[in-house]
Amino acid sequence: MNVQIDLSLLYPHLFLLIWALLIFAIDFFMTEDNRPSLGYLSIVGLIITAILSFASDKGTTFWGAFRADTFSLSFNIIFIGSAILTIASAIDFVKDRLKHHGEFYGLILLSTLGMMFLASSSDLLSLYVSLELATIALFVLVAFMKRDLKSTESGLKYLILGAASSAILVYGISLLYGLTGTLTFAGIAEQLNTSFMGGPLFILSIILIIAGLSFKLAAVPFHMWCPDVYEGAPTPVTAYLSVASKAAGLAAMIRIFFEGLHSSAAEWIPLILTISALAMVLGNVVAVRQHNIKRLLAYSSIAQIGYILVAFIAVSELATTSMILYMIVYMFANIGAFIVVITFYNRSGSDEIIAYAGLSKRSPFLAISMVIFLLSLVGIPPMAGFVGKFYLFAAAIQKGYYWIVVLGVLTSVISLYYYMMVAYQMYFKSGDDNSRIKVNPTLAVAILIALAGTLFIGVYPEPVLSAISGASVTLF
Amino acid sequence: MYGPLWIVPFFPLVGFLLNGLFGKWFDRVTVSVIACTSVGLSFLWSVVLFFRLSALPPESRFYVEKVFDWFVSGNFSAPMEFYLDPLSAVMILTVSGVGFLIHVYSHGYMSHDESYARYFSFLNLFTFAMLVLVLGSNLLVLFIGWEGVGLCSYLLIGFWFTKKSASDAGKKAFIVNRVGDFGFLLGTFLIFVTFGTLNIQEISTAAPNVLMYGGAIVTTITLLLFVGATGKSAQIPLYIWLPDAMEGPTPVSALIHAATMVTAGVYMVARMSALYVLAPVSMTVVAVIGAATAIFAATIAITQFDIKRVLAYSTISQLGYMFLACGVGAFSAGIFHLMTHAFFKALLFMCAGSVMHAMSNEQDMRYMGDLRKRTPKTFYTMLIGTLAIAGIPGLSGFFSKDEILWESFASPAGGVGFWVVGAVAAGITAFYMFRLIFMTFFGQPRYKHGVEKHIHESPNVMTYPLIALAILAIIGGYVGIPHVLGGHNNFGEFLKPSIAHLASHGEAHHSTTEELLLMGASVAIALLGIVAAFRMYIANPKLPVVIADNFKKVYNLLYNKYYVDEIYYFIIVKPFVRFSQLLYDVADRIFIDGSINLLAYFTGWTGEVIKWFQTGYVRNYIVTFVFGLVIIVGYMLLK
Repeated sequence: MNVQIDLSLLYPHLFLLIWALLIFAIDFFMTEDNRPSLGYLSIVGLIITAILSFASDKGTTFWGAFRADTFSLSFNIIFIGSAILTIASAIDFVKDRLKHHGEFYGLILLSTLGMMFLASSSDLLSLYVSLELATIALFVLVAFMKRDLKSTESGLKYLILGAASSAILVYGISLLYGLTGTLTFAGIAEQLNTSFMGGPLFILSIILIIAGLSFKLAAVPFHMWCPDVYEGAPTPVTAYLSVASKAAGLAAMIRIFFEGLHSSAAEWIPLILTISALAMVLGNVVAVRQHNIKRLLAYSSIAQIGYILVAFIAVSELATTSMILYMIVYMFANIGAFIVVITFYNRSGSDEIIAYAGLSKRSPFLAISMVIFLLSLVGIPPMAGFVGKFYLFAAAIQKGYYWIVVLGVLTSVISLYYYMMVAYQMYFKSGDDNSRIKVNPTLAVAILIALAGTLFIGVYPEPVLSAISGASVTLF
Repeated sequence: MYGPLWIVPFFPLVGFLLNGLFGKWFDRVTVSVIACTSVGLSFLWSVVLFFRLSALPPESRFYVEKVFDWFVSGNFSAPMEFYLDPLSAVMILTVSGVGFLIHVYSHGYMSHDESYARYFSFLNLFTFAMLVLVLGSNLLVLFIGWEGVGLCSYLLIGFWFTKKSASDAGKKAFIVNRVGDFGFLLGTFLIFVTFGTLNIQEISTAAPNVLMYGGAIVTTITLLLFVGATGKSAQIPLYIWLPDAMEGPTPVSALIHAATMVTAGVYMVARMSALYVLAPVSMTVVAVIGAATAIFAATIAITQFDIKRVLAYSTISQLGYMFLACGVGAFSAGIFHLMTHAFFKALLFMCAGSVMHAMSNEQDMRYMGDLRKRTPKTFYTMLIGTLAIAGIPGLSGFFSKDEILWESFASPAGGVGFWVVGAVAAGITAFYMFRLIFMTFFGQPRYKHGVEKHIHESPNVMTYPLIALAILAIIGGYVGIPHVLGGHNNFGEFLKPSIAHLASHGEAHHSTTEELLLMGASVAIALLGIVAAFRMYIANPKLPVVIADNFKKVYNLLYNKYYVDEIYYFIIVKPFVRFSQLLYDVADRIFIDGSINLLAYFTGWTGEVIKWFQTGYVRNYIVTFVFGLVIIVGYMLLK
């Protein structure tokens, strides 16, 4: 066999790896005052990585284990975009509260690298290894506030539950390998035959893989870690976790199920359908009762993954496109909302929703931005969330799954209530503290980028849609 | 070789964004320079486009420009597409040209207003929307402009929103227009169902093949579109919002409620002429409504004392003429009158504004008089406007109005009845306009206390636009001199490629003598109106009171505008409010609120229960995790 290694496909990944290691290294030689510049340096690295991803060729290498295509490119942009917004929002936070700049930014870059490999992986082994790279960096990041009890506690919870879910995932993978005798998705798709399809072992392997990945997505009933970890983790990490980590889980799901297992779709669709319905109902219903903005956004993110899975069951080209589009939309809105939370926290030190009372007077910019992000999460036009949800639901409708769409719309109504509770506090209540909140330039720019993305895609989604239209991994 | 079209609406959009976002920090001069320059540049570019267009042979005078794909869904696409042809060229010239003069005038008229930047940003936004409306190459883009001008109209009528009558008038305009817009939307939907496209050129080309002449579909489509036109262009039965719209600043009345927006309905009917010529029933409806509105509104104008309301009813009446023209198949005559009307009616409104400016905002003509010497520039320009609208030979209004009257008689779809109604309305028009002139500028001064010493002519920034428009009101008609007077009707020839023609060419030949005779008759009727006004308001000022007393019932009927507002209130508004109250009490409060409250209670309760599971202990989480897994596996395997 020839040596089938075409390193040119990996240039973005290699570059990011070297850049991450450099960040770790440079940290040693810097004074404490200069270290915040590591954040900007990381952003530069990420931008270069994005450019390299656009520029590099498409193709398969490493004996079929690595594949660069429009799908992986789309997800890479989501990961890199989330990382950039997260780092931009974290610079003050790190300086004031976390310290250890090099480690923080370096770990985010490494986690992003893992996710990029994940989106490109086209066999089960490389998928698993890159998932671990992405997740282990996150374990550390969640527990980054060493002296904060909540942070360390949530880090530990995340680690234990994450390890358990990894074990379940590997178990599922090993069963599937045992049945098909191959690890590549293309091979699995070929080997699927009626002799074991529908048999208990095959179903068990599918259930275990879905359960393992659902943990990453924080879908019900594998969501229990999510509110605690989101609340305890440093907020920038929560922002990253809520978008990038979910996108990674979704990329893995699409790769395995659309590329490898799509001919057995009848077997796993009911399962995803159930998970989707549970996530929408539970996420939205429980969010109503939250008092902490980070927990509220945790439950909302559980609901959001429910909406995305509505399109997943359609198993079509439109399903892939709509999920990627929604992930982009969700990235702008959700990280945008978290940046507002971070900015507010930097000043007030509180994440309680009642602390947001009177924010419209203290900082009209933060308040209106928050409202726009939240409305986008509900799916109100002209915010991007509307376009995103429209395509998600359209994919399901196209395949005749009506009731799940009805449920999606109904639960969206519930979500309007708790999102607007935040707006109610900001606009109709007045708090004890009425001092102005100044937004520093880096955070303001990050918020403006998120706003621009949210409004632009909402009004004019065509360019984004046509850019990701070739992303479907399988010809259905 | 045409150069980009999107530049035309782009400038006012930039002006709107600059003044809208940053106007708070600009001084007044900067604001008005931005606003006027943006519209002025649009006008200059429109002139360039016009000359490039007319340099081409008539059959290739059209140009489509796709700016971007707004959205694409399956085989339906909604491109942001602009279309330049003789019709839209005339419209962008009129809109940006008259618009520019009114912007300049506003700089003087609004100079004391607090919300200066807000005013100009709305005015720019309006110009942008109006240009999108006339340039749109499909009905969707047209509709964006259509709704955009409606929004701006609402915002500007209620510009002084702290005044209740102004905010009420804004709401009235908006709500009445919704009725029309609903019809327009239904028409658009029906077009899409029938043709599978919203592109106006494709529709016009396909119409003769797809639709049956006089068929039910084309009749329904055109009638629905016309419902939209009656709303926007203030025709019976939806005209009631326009007189109230005079609550807005006077330049707004000039721009939106006289020169441009209210003519959108006429433009739309002319734009869709390919459909209308296939629907003889609809054409008759359009002509009848137009003629009826023309005379109906003119009679109301006789008795009004508010200077702006006289002009408002006059606008409604003149719009009726334009629809009469369209209804008898003379679309280009309608557009011709649209253009000349834009000149002289904008002029009249701005003169009225100048009078109000001099009279400390007095609008009631009973408290005016003898302003001739005190505000000479206003007087002479307004006189020119009045002569033009009265149809005195040599001024623009004569040519366009006469073409309409002649067509309403001579066209295969016309008839003697239309001509008589049109000619009588023309006489009434001459009467009430000269009544306005005589009451305002002649006779004894009847000023309220303390007004007299403030009376002054308006500043140059206001009078120069008046002079410019007065010149246009004189010469604007010479682009369309009829054949009978030795001209070539260049205007009609220019518009020909844009407009469909009546199918039935039963060419009833009419002689030149006939045409000259009718022309003479209509001029004589107009002169009669002027003489009557002179006798009543100059020669014998007691006469109007005597007449009003002798014909008390008729006078009251006219003075109270045929009680139409009251009738609408009792027939439509009141039952509607009662029904809404019933729905609110029963359906809303009991059923909807009740079920929502129940659901909310249930949701909250469920949330509370599930929250209880979120103990914070990792062991419990693992248990849930495994438990969930076991249930799923069990279910799938036992299924």
